[in-house]
Amino acid sequence: MPESALPARTRKRITPYQIAQVVIGLGFLAFVAWRLYEVLVVERTYGPDTWLKFAISGLIIGSVYALITIGYTLVYAILRMINFAHSEVFMVGAFAGFFVFEALKSLPVGTGEHAFIEVYPIPSIILGFVAGIATSMVTGVALERIAYRPLRGAPRLVPLISAVGASIFLQNAAQLMFGPQRRTFVNLPALDRNLGWTLTVGEKPVLITYTGVFTFILAIVLLISLYLIVQRTRLGRAMRAVSENKQTAALMGIDVDGVISRTFAISGVLAGAAGVMWGIHYGQIHAYVGFIPGIKAFTAAVLGGIGNIPGAMLGSMTLGLIESLGPGGLGMDFQLKDVIAFSILVLVLIFRPSGILGEVLSEEKL
Amino acid sequence: MPLLEVRDVHTYYGNIEALKGVSLTVEKGEIVTLIGGNGAGKTTTLRTICGLLKPRSGTIVLDGKDLARTKAHEIVNLGVAMVPEGRGVFSRLTVAENLDLGAYTRTDRGAIRRDLEMVLRLFPRLKERFRQIAGTLSGGEQQMLATGRALMAHPRLLLMDEPSMGLAPILVESIFDTLREVNREGTTILLVEQNAHMALQIANRGYVLQTGQIALAKSAEELQHDPMVRKVYLGID
Repeated sequence: MPESALPARTRKRITPYQIAQVVIGLGFLAFVAWRLYEVLVVERTYGPDTWLKFAISGLIIGSVYALITIGYTLVYAILRMINFAHSEVFMVGAFAGFFVFEALKSLPVGTGEHAFIEVYPIPSIILGFVAGIATSMVTGVALERIAYRPLRGAPRLVPLISAVGASIFLQNAAQLMFGPQRRTFVNLPALDRNLGWTLTVGEKPVLITYTGVFTFILAIVLLISLYLIVQRTRLGRAMRAVSENKQTAALMGIDVDGVISRTFAISGVLAGAAGVMWGIHYGQIHAYVGFIPGIKAFTAAVLGGIGNIPGAMLGSMTLGLIESLGPGGLGMDFQLKDVIAFSILVLVLIFRPSGILGEVLSEEKL
Repeated sequence: MPLLEVRDVHTYYGNIEALKGVSLTVEKGEIVTLIGGNGAGKTTTLRTICGLLKPRSGTIVLDGKDLARTKAHEIVNLGVAMVPEGRGVFSRLTVAENLDLGAYTRTDRGAIRRDLEMVLRLFPRLKERFRQIAGTLSGGEQQMLATGRALMAHPRLLLMDEPSMGLAPILVESIFDTLREVNREGTTILLVEQNAHMALQIANRGYVLQTGQIALAKSAEELQHDPMVRKVYLGID
């Protein structure tokens, strides 16, 4: 009978994959619950002051990730490709800031007793950021022109491979030009990374560094500006139109290639700012400095829902908090924070591939 | 001199020749329709005119300018707007944003405002749904939006690709009424339709396209009485 045949056919079969999902999920939850119980209830390893420190550093790294994540998400939204060379766009920005600060440190002013960076601390910071932002912006735009634009219309895997190649090329070029050693950022007179406000939590001091607060606030300001650009301006509307349908966008008179270029420019601006912030706050950079933050930002983009701007911000903050609270919460070594971050990537891909705020990616949209 | 003159245009998809020397003209103020079966090259013709496809040979002249050598996004500025097949509204943008994008290349704010008022008068539905996400509109409303969006470019030539597709007959009637009104107010229209019956009712002239070539070029009146057109496209014996 047709009536009874229909429900029978549509009844869901439980696949081995779903069983594996449940096992992995329950196993993971049990593990987390057990570790949290050990750390929070049994051993009481950390006091509230330490948890606060973890949370603060999580927010700071999260805000840096957010700036990089936006770059992945914007480019993905417009070209449906992962720009794996984006971490190098971040890296060159950090180097540009580094060299500008070095130059200003040795640039004598007036009688020559003081350096520019000491006499004009605030303009120095601005110059460093301008250099980092400009360098990353140019790198991003050039990257698109050279490595991606000629491949427009090729199968989607092709520009992806080009991106990986460009990433390796830029890492090696940086190593060749700037040397393989780690470079220490100047400790800026106006933003000494060892100074800050001290809070007292449970009779213990918690240092909130100026650089940390600066990084967080600047990142938030940039993210809000970006959001307003995308939602409120003519360029933003054009970007959203191109993201949805390039041909129809062209019919509106939108110069699609121009919009793509500008998207890479905006991504570069944010990544460059993040690079200089990284140097100022964390102090050390090298040719491969972009790799880990880059891949973390990619993780954050997937976590939040790739192609989705609020998702990128939410995913980045979540990832930042998880990786700084995680090792403490699970009673693990702090070196394991990357393991925790990438476990999140795996778990997201297993349980919610569309991310927190993402839509389901169907083939028809790609 | 005609507003649009397409002369001996050959367009290819890879190695497949989709247009085998299409020539047609559209005079200022006319409604010209292009009818033909599936795969005859109707959509290809429109896409070649508006620059989404480039012809391998031939010329497309709009008021002295060769569109075949102009980039797609610059063609709007010359006064050609297209309502693509399947409407192509930006479904994640609001109705208002879609209409704004129609006027993307224009800078004359006062005139844009007047055109917006005109569009909202033609399609009061769009006014009701002004802040709504375009993807939530019905098919008919999306067709209105796509048409309104094209009108926001204040085109001299409006290209319409299958406006009746997938719409209930009553909506088709109202879309065609609007086209007539738009035309009365001075916009020249080149209309591609499978619904030859409706198209020939509002058109001044028509072309019949068969496998990439113009098979017939006559006034709409004559086409309606042409035995071949009646048999093949109007389904009347």
